[in-house]
Amino acid sequence: MRGALNYDAVVIGAGTAGLVAGTRLAEGGARVCVVAKGIGSTHLAPATIDVLGYAPDRVASPSGVMPEFISRHPDHPYAALGVDAVAEAARWIQSRVESGPLAGYRYFGDLDRNYLLPTAVGALRPSALVPETMAAGDSADLERVCVVGTRTLRDFHAALCAANLSKLGIQARSVEADIEVDKADQNSLGLARRFDDPAWRAAFAGRLALKLQADERVGLPAVLGIRDPHGAWSDLEHRLGRRVFEIPTLPPSVPGMRLYEILRASLRAAGGRLVLGAEVVSSERDGSRVTSVATHSAGHDTRYAAPWFVLAAGGFNSGAIELDSHWVTHDRVLGLPLRGLPAEGEPRFIGDYLAEQPMSRVGVAVDAELRAEGAENVLVAGAALPGAVPWREGSGEGIALASGSRAAEFVLARAGAPAGAAA
Amino acid sequence: MTTSSGTTPIDDLLRGSIDHCVKCTICETQCPVSNVTPLFPGPKYAGPQAERYRVADEASVEWSVDYCSGCGICSQSCPQGVKIAEVNAQARNKLKKQKGYPLRDRIITRPTWLGRAGTPVAPLANLTIDFKPIRILGEKLLGVHRDAAAPEFAGHRFSSWFKKHPSPPTGRKIVYFHGCGTEYYEPWEGQKVVQILEHNGFEVVVPKQDCCGLPLQSSGLFDDARKVVLRLARALVPYVRDDPNTLIVGNATSCTLMLKREAREILSLEGDPDLKLVSERTYDICELLLELHDRGELKTDFQPVNERIFYHAPCQQQGHFIGKPALDLFALIPGLQVTEGNARCCGIAGTYGLKVEKYDIAQAVGADLFGQVRGSGATEVACDSETCRWQITHATGHRSVHPIDYLHRAYGL
Repeated sequence: MRGALNYDAVVIGAGTAGLVAGTRLAEGGARVCVVAKGIGSTHLAPATIDVLGYAPDRVASPSGVMPEFISRHPDHPYAALGVDAVAEAARWIQSRVESGPLAGYRYFGDLDRNYLLPTAVGALRPSALVPETMAAGDSADLERVCVVGTRTLRDFHAALCAANLSKLGIQARSVEADIEVDKADQNSLGLARRFDDPAWRAAFAGRLALKLQADERVGLPAVLGIRDPHGAWSDLEHRLGRRVFEIPTLPPSVPGMRLYEILRASLRAAGGRLVLGAEVVSSERDGSRVTSVATHSAGHDTRYAAPWFVLAAGGFNSGAIELDSHWVTHDRVLGLPLRGLPAEGEPRFIGDYLAEQPMSRVGVAVDAELRAEGAENVLVAGAALPGAVPWREGSGEGIALASGSRAAEFVLARAGAPAGAAA
Repeated sequence: MTTSSGTTPIDDLLRGSIDHCVKCTICETQCPVSNVTPLFPGPKYAGPQAERYRVADEASVEWSVDYCSGCGICSQSCPQGVKIAEVNAQARNKLKKQKGYPLRDRIITRPTWLGRAGTPVAPLANLTIDFKPIRILGEKLLGVHRDAAAPEFAGHRFSSWFKKHPSPPTGRKIVYFHGCGTEYYEPWEGQKVVQILEHNGFEVVVPKQDCCGLPLQSSGLFDDARKVVLRLARALVPYVRDDPNTLIVGNATSCTLMLKREAREILSLEGDPDLKLVSERTYDICELLLELHDRGELKTDFQPVNERIFYHAPCQQQGHFIGKPALDLFALIPGLQVTEGNARCCGIAGTYGLKVEKYDIAQAVGADLFGQVRGSGATEVACDSETCRWQITHATGHRSVHPIDYLHRAYGL
């Protein structure tokens, strides 16, 4: 009596790429289910939209550099996607943030200019689109800044951040804010919940104001509200009478949790399903087509059948691609062929840890339309794609957004037609 | 089967999973308990980190794990597949063995005993439950919080009703596991399940059955929990053993999860063939109905239900890893307006929120959900777990029912 649940499309992975693909499919009228082993990259990343930060020199204008970047890297996902698709996906995410569940919250920026924002250690990091709560950290017009620590928040050292910013020519100093929290409030999420509370915020601002000097901007760890970040941030700017900005923290990332909630709510609002804890454990094929996947669920597996699948389960970082103890590299999700592997006998790793490693461009092999090789009805999106080194390039969100969008667009254009007919 | 260190292979698999922890802290953002109290430092800290200091034959050195409510959200959200909640449940069992079990934990974890004792004298028993001086006495003597949500005995049992309502034979059998909540407190929910299944052409079979052992397990009384769940598995297995098409379906979502997975993993009963077969055949009622619908086998002769409701998927329902099938079923009912909550937990976690030392934590955990319910403009709350419904109604005053209530109304049964 057991069968499969049937959808127009099944998306594997609930990081940025998977949630974008799922949402856009659902918005296009497809019956879609997003299945994922767990929550994805959103809770760990700063939630800025990084499109192209280094190529390899620091990039001031992603749209200006991308054509030349693409011509130098014909195997990069951007070569298949093109600049316009990335720009369109960036505008789409901005609009979903604005229509999302966090009232007033916005993302600023576009592909023409990178913001250059302080990190928790006081380095500057290029990003194309940033939460409004981070925008005033842009080094383009950051002259004097007071970095505010909270003592209780581990791994955010305001003095270190300020000292390193000073070395970059920004007049920076640090203070520690007096806040009363209990132990449960000591991670970034606990503090963010406090900042959602107007009364707590007002008291915080009142005490902090006494420590500030004229003409200083205020940089705070990115904990300014989880349910009402726009309210928390704008209220602090108003009460302190100056520009205030968030500096991304080590995980967990509050801005990332906001982005996850926005995308999750968009998916649900469009009628898409989301199943967490559901690791894909097997798949069925009919020749060059994947016909269904089975996910782990309690007691028995659950099978999901669809004419289209979007593989957005990530790469090495998420464990979706692994190098096993026999030195064999696999796509653990669907067992698809990989691309970018060093040739037999060539080194897989080199001694310089931070250099580009020979394995770093490995991904699921795709054609020019980002369809998996050997599986004509599987679209690949996000960090599963080969040819990019997102953490060096500062390109992760650009790839995730544009490839997730492209996968949805590809499927919607062919909805109803069998995958073979679309080839 | 045990290994040389006295553990079973499933124990080693659970414990081995902690090596996959990359300390990403996603579980810490999701834990409803550590986000409201300093008494529990969080699933990562109490689990993958503290587990390194737990040695099989040495006393526990870490006590905070008693404040884990066992909701399981950590395991669901872990992107690396670490069995955080399961490892913590086993650590809690060890701790309880060492500290000793309070009399309270031996009583409130026995819904079958309580149900059998309370049902014949329901009016009196219900008065007692509502009578403050007795509740205060219960708090002082037993440690059951005076204000904790307590269900009322229905006064009649579901199984007594079913005996007088034999299911029409259709040859398409399905086994109904009703659980203790339906048997003693909400027999009408079971009647609705039976009527919905019969409406869809099933012949419902109700074997004699007792508790699944989940309350014992979540309070750390593993030896008793094993006896109870295996007794249930032996009672159910004859009905599915010889017919590969017969399924077991339940409306008590935490009890079906116990049968499906928790008993196998947390109680290390993976090797029991009866439990394994029962586990594989057990379905949550909404999971089953949605699968039927997907195959075009669910009747959709639904009348409009013009109601505005709030849906809360309880932690244990989410632990089935099947998403939220109730929402997809609601979408089939004309007129039904549903607000999906996004709060994590109501706080009760079975018996956790009844305990005097944990009541305040449970209320703080539930505060987010209660606020969402009050602010939703909904008249009723749908929720798949009975203890969560009692907690929600107790805290908000909103009537709460199982999701199948709306299907039953829409069918006009």
